[in-house]
Amino acid sequence: MKILVVDDEADVRTLFEQRFRREIRSGAFAFSFAYSGEEALDYLHSHLSEVVLILSDINMPGMSGLELLRRVKQEYAAPPPNPPLVMMITAYGDSESYNQAMQLGANDFLTKPVDFAALKEKLFSLEDKL
Amino acid sequence: MDINTEILFTAGVAYGITRALSKFLNLPTRSAPWDALLRRIWVPGIVLFVLAAILGVKSELLNDGYWLLVFAAVAAMLIRLGNYRPARTLLLAIVPFAIYFAIQFLFSLLGTDIVKDFDDVFETTQGFSIIWMITFGLIARSQKKHLEAERLVREEEERNKQRIEAQNAELERLVTERTAALTQQAEELRYTLTELKTTQAQLIQAEKMASLGELTAGIAHEIQNPLNFVNNFSEVSSELLQELEEEQQKPTRDPELESELLADLKQNLQKITHHGQRASSIVRGMLEHSRASNGERHPTDLNSLCDEYLRLAYHGLRAKDKTFNATLTTHFDPNLGMVDIVTQDVGRVLLNLLTNAFYAVQQRQKQQEAGYQPTVTVSTKQGEDYIEIRVRDNGMGIPEEVKQKIFQPFFTTKPTGEGTGLGLSLSYDIITKGHNGTLSVESVEGQCTEFIITLPLAA
Repeated sequence: MKILVVDDEADVRTLFEQRFRREIRSGAFAFSFAYSGEEALDYLHSHLSEVVLILSDINMPGMSGLELLRRVKQEYAAPPPNPPLVMMITAYGDSESYNQAMQLGANDFLTKPVDFAALKEKLFSLEDKL
Repeated sequence: MDINTEILFTAGVAYGITRALSKFLNLPTRSAPWDALLRRIWVPGIVLFVLAAILGVKSELLNDGYWLLVFAAVAAMLIRLGNYRPARTLLLAIVPFAIYFAIQFLFSLLGTDIVKDFDDVFETTQGFSIIWMITFGLIARSQKKHLEAERLVREEEERNKQRIEAQNAELERLVTERTAALTQQAEELRYTLTELKTTQAQLIQAEKMASLGELTAGIAHEIQNPLNFVNNFSEVSSELLQELEEEQQKPTRDPELESELLADLKQNLQKITHHGQRASSIVRGMLEHSRASNGERHPTDLNSLCDEYLRLAYHGLRAKDKTFNATLTTHFDPNLGMVDIVTQDVGRVLLNLLTNAFYAVQQRQKQQEAGYQPTVTVSTKQGEDYIEIRVRDNGMGIPEEVKQKIFQPFFTTKPTGEGTGLGLSLSYDIITKGHNGTLSVESVEGQCTEFIITLPLAA
């Protein structure tokens, strides 16, 4: 399962690669990384069919995670192919952001600090559903 | 009649003369006892008259003797008033006549006929002495008038002097009064000044705290991020260690995996240190910002200072307005060396300008213009002998009439309670007075605003 992680913090990549190193080694998950909303959209344009899930931060300079979510849901509204799922991750777990994300069609909403054990479970259950 | 009626007449005349003299010399005030005495000059006359009448004596000598007594009394009185010039002159006036009279009386007493023999001489002497007496009497009169005039002048002078003294005293009193009032005013002003200075210091501190308050959420976010990394990398490192241990237990060990795990561990520890330092630098910055400035200059990396405050200001606003988003652009001159500045003060200026910039783009974003991308740009540039920092936003812009007042204390366009109106005026003071630099603003209404700080390199 291909997952695109979008965050402006570069170290997120190292963190994910280590947290999911067994899954990556076993080939269960494959991660790609983008450091801004714009970069994420570019990546999607060239690797659309591969990406199953987008994990995006909300607070990023330039295009925000919510804007990315809106664009993704807009561009890939109609199947085929299956539109990627989008999970939002934010440091601000306020209801306003949550409502907005849900309204824009987010599939899930996680708050930082990320509970990787819980995230792993979610990802596995997602994979099972697919 | 065989009595000395002449004496009665003489007594009356003597009384009249002494009264006239007394009045002329103002005797009652000069010597009251003598006045009282002379008032009774008639008494000896009457006594003589009565005695003579009883004893049946009739002689011209009695009358002459009485006259001598009168002369003597007047002379004594005049000697008594010797320090009064007209009195002396009068004495001089009567002396010859009195002496003449006394000599004549003496001769008459002795019964010689010399008087008759020298009748002419006596006549002449008498005439002369009378003329003398009248002359000096007139002189005395004019002297008296003169003295009187002098006295009046003196009295006038005295009155003037007293009036002036009274005026002086009044003036003195007024001066004292005014001085006291002025001193009190000065005291009050000094007190007010002290109070104002205290208030100013409090306002400056309050402004600082207000800007810090605005930043709290941003700071929290900025600290939370690195702390998340620290926690995550620590946890994942424990996992890596566990995996390493498991690997070591195995009968057939995979040295490649082991070295990979070790490399990851090493990298993670570096990441932990890096993010830990990031968090502590933010806390340090926050503490520095809230502390009162000691005004000391320190070599400062302006580029990183700008970057730090750019992020703080951005996240500060984001924390309040979740929907807000902006593009942050930086054009930092890599040649910029360390600059000697009061770091904390310049940090406050940057924070202020950046907060304003984000506020401006946020306001414009609220107008929901199509295709509007809020952007805040910070640039630094090393000039020949100066450093330039530009804070640019593509926000609402500043109207010309607002631009005039923008650096004035307490001027704010924000709603009541949102801005102290001190931010830019303090910033202006910090740059111009504190660093001999300049702070200027360029703006196109509805399009953009740019604040330009220049700091001279040689302080």
